[in-house]
Amino acid sequence: MRHLLRTRDLTRDEAIHILDIALDMAAVQNREVKKLPTLRGKTVVNLFFEDSTRTRISFEAAAKRLSADVINFSARGSSISKGESLKDTAQTLQALGADGVVIRHPVSGAPQVLAVSGWITAGVINAGDGTHEHPTQGLLDAFTIRQRVHGAGARGRGLDGVRVIIVGDILHSRVARSNVWLLTTLGAHVHLVAPPTLLPVDTSGWPVTTGFDLDGALAGHPDVVMMLRIQEERMHGSFFPSSREYTRTWGLDGPRFRALQPDTIVMHPGPMNRGLEIAPIAADSPQSTVREQVANGVSVRMSALYVLLSGERETATVSGDGATEHHAIQQRSAAQ
Amino acid sequence: MTVSEHTPTPPSATFHIVGAQLVTGEHADILLRDGVIAQVGTVTDAAGATRVDADGLVALPGLVDLHTHLREPGYEQSETVLTGTQAAAAGGFTAVFAMANTLPVADTAGVVEQVASLGASAGYAMVQPIGAVTVGLAGERLAELGTMAASRARVRVFSDDGLCVSDPLLMRRALEYVKAFDGVIAQHAQDPRLTVGAQMNEGALSGEIGMVGWPGVAEESIIARDVLLAEHVGSHLHVCHLSTAGSVEIVRWAKARGIRVTAEVTPHHLLLTEELVASYDPRYKVNPPLRRAEDVAALRDALADGTIDTVATDHAPHPIEAKECEWDAAANGMVGLESALSVVHEAMVATGLMGWADVARVLSATPARIGRLTGHGRPIATDEPANLTLYDPRGRSSFDLARLVGQSSNSPYLGRVLPGRVVATFHNGYPTQLDGVVRPAEEVAAAARLAEQRGRSDTPEDNGRHRFTRS
Amino acid sequence: MIERAVLTRADISRALVRISHEILEANRGSADLVLLGIPTRGVTLAHRIAAEIERIEPDGPVPVGTLDVTMYRDDLTLTRTRTPGPTHLPLRGIDGAVVVLVDDVLYSGRTIRAAFDALSDLGRARAVRLAVLVDRGHREFPIRADFIGKNLPSSARERVNVRLCEVDGDDAVTIAGGEAA
Repeated sequence: MRHLLRTRDLTRDEAIHILDIALDMAAVQNREVKKLPTLRGKTVVNLFFEDSTRTRISFEAAAKRLSADVINFSARGSSISKGESLKDTAQTLQALGADGVVIRHPVSGAPQVLAVSGWITAGVINAGDGTHEHPTQGLLDAFTIRQRVHGAGARGRGLDGVRVIIVGDILHSRVARSNVWLLTTLGAHVHLVAPPTLLPVDTSGWPVTTGFDLDGALAGHPDVVMMLRIQEERMHGSFFPSSREYTRTWGLDGPRFRALQPDTIVMHPGPMNRGLEIAPIAADSPQSTVREQVANGVSVRMSALYVLLSGERETATVSGDGATEHHAIQQRSAAQ
Repeated sequence: MTVSEHTPTPPSATFHIVGAQLVTGEHADILLRDGVIAQVGTVTDAAGATRVDADGLVALPGLVDLHTHLREPGYEQSETVLTGTQAAAAGGFTAVFAMANTLPVADTAGVVEQVASLGASAGYAMVQPIGAVTVGLAGERLAELGTMAASRARVRVFSDDGLCVSDPLLMRRALEYVKAFDGVIAQHAQDPRLTVGAQMNEGALSGEIGMVGWPGVAEESIIARDVLLAEHVGSHLHVCHLSTAGSVEIVRWAKARGIRVTAEVTPHHLLLTEELVASYDPRYKVNPPLRRAEDVAALRDALADGTIDTVATDHAPHPIEAKECEWDAAANGMVGLESALSVVHEAMVATGLMGWADVARVLSATPARIGRLTGHGRPIATDEPANLTLYDPRGRSSFDLARLVGQSSNSPYLGRVLPGRVVATFHNGYPTQLDGVVRPAEEVAAAARLAEQRGRSDTPEDNGRHRFTRS
Repeated sequence: MIERAVLTRADISRALVRISHEILEANRGSADLVLLGIPTRGVTLAHRIAAEIERIEPDGPVPVGTLDVTMYRDDLTLTRTRTPGPTHLPLRGIDGAVVVLVDDVLYSGRTIRAAFDALSDLGRARAVRLAVLVDRGHREFPIRADFIGKNLPSSARERVNVRLCEVDGDDAVTIAGGEAA
């Protein structure tokens, strides 16, 4: 695998491979020496065009635990409207000798543009692009669910038959998109619940069911309830009348939480609006995986960095199997 | 610049085109002399003429583009009147309507006269400026439409293209006002509120790849409103770059009702679909956006049955940096003059929906009529102005950079295999392109001056003067 | 491709019995012994040796673990991405233990070099020994095995295949290739 741009492209085997390696990475997190020499001498650049301290720290910890050199490049505030800065920045990274670029960008597709542009030779990990995807978040959510559901027997397993409902602003959520593709690829049933204004106009091509009724969905006893963050700006865009009405209709409040089965998992990608989409009693309960999600994020990102950066590189071989393989991957992504 | 003895001149002032296929299907020889078509059929006196072997080529009347962005004045890094009309010549066009969104905006007589005169002196094609509907395209108050109409540029088409005249009252006033000089309002139909931040067609794909949608209803609702306004005030509405099946239905309904509405479709909306956007390659970013395959099918049918009147390129050059970036930061638009005829061939002729006579209608006669242009869009017949294009419909080839002669290369067709090739273009009797190569600027400019002296220029003011002095 | 048998099932069994005796002799018993197999077949061999040691000297179970060295290799960028496996240490850990690393084939020595790095991240062994079923030579590091089932001088073009019942369905060591390369 050369880039990780979206979970839409991952096969079941590829996804399980990443999750299994993440298990080994998680084991390292419990040792006294939490570091592996694997990516010694490699340079990983965290290229963030959008603020996200938690995601950046998670990638930084992952890269450092694999002994990579980490350069944090915060490009927020530079003029993306001029359109040149992504290319200029990329060329700077190339000159720095970046082996891997972790990019967060407010524009959907920017990581793909970076990956196929020819401006850089580095492997690209999408750390969230616009309202498109956030594949490592999807992977860490899948990892977290798999650990809760299968426990010690998780290795090699998918999420077959696991029933997940994702609640909230689906329209603008890259987390939701990455989870929809990945969880269903792994065999889960996904049901989306949102106000009609916050669902895409046409989800007929998505392998999910959708609805507007949270209470009805919860009555079906899902295994996982994933609550999405409501962004501040949605409250002023007439997507719903008021935060009070939103909470009353689509929030995981105390009564709804208490009515859940005791083994239903409550997830949230963070940061949470406590009291808006999720009540503190739900967020802080043992059913909540919010803190596990943070720890698992480092393991999953270590796994992704390992898978992308440890193998033979295009620049390492000009001919032979490696180059052919790279060519095949490029063709595949060009076809999409 | 003054005419000097040493200015390069065209190979000759007389051209003998041998064995061309007319749009009627018959084969004929054509003699161009002194800027007019002197003979069609059997040429009896070709003395001194340059022979052009047209065996296997289709002779079309010179193409007319109702929707071109020449970018000058103000955006000369993207295109100039000279380079844009060179692109026109390469594509077989002999007349282009220059959109008003320049800097300064073409909202005064001064700007439209400047653009027209730049076109006339370059000589590659007739450049007919379009005037802005509102001052600065701001959508707040009417520009001096009458002054532009009475100017030497003789503006008849007015458009805020790039932006929609969304205020219904202002649109009504514009439609009413241009009746005074037989003008037409060309509307860029896009409800601004329904398309805030819009990046691509709204539908299943936009939801999947996470882009803000540009719903078809934002176009259709404006068209519906505008045809009703046009009916109410009895004026002529022209709809720019119609892009959805729904818009087709509205125009079809309006025409059936007798409303004076005409509509154009771009070549790219006849061929390309939104799936291309999934690559996030900004070459496919255009406004209105590429739509679904169903829309493409409806647009093709509507063009074939006359619901859509004309194909217009919406040639929109942009510098490399405006496309070599992430999608949202990229500019909207595609260059289209050089590829238009091949794309229409692919979408309409190769599919059996239209013949070459229909192509001549939608790419020449009808746009000239909508734009109130005389001297263009005329049939290939004796004593008509010698504006014509020779097209080789045989073979298919990869559309490459060498085919782009304008200043910008933001074509969505690069690397795509397209049929046919424009072989020659004659404007007022002199070649602007021969054997697929655009003629040198000095040669064309000199030929244009010569034509003007003969009274065969297509600048309206000059035409009038020469007619007067000759009579 | 011609494949030549080098060790039979009985040969392998005898070799492991001998290695077990040698380990006990060198260690003067099984106290503080920890066997760490290197995946995949080293783990199988470690379990067999542990069982043999317990049979010879029934002083209770010999701790066996798995040491995956993938993440410590120095050749990760030279081949396709390798899939790492889990590392399992016995409960007692490795501090103060005599760790016997067990692998199927000793060749360049790079795997064992990586194993040293991996071990040092896991604790401090009192001593580290190395047991292999086959030593085929061609060392690229100053590394030698303490306990060897069979010395098998081979050409670098040849491939040595170790098959074990638990993984492959039968026990055999074969050598293949070389002539047509």
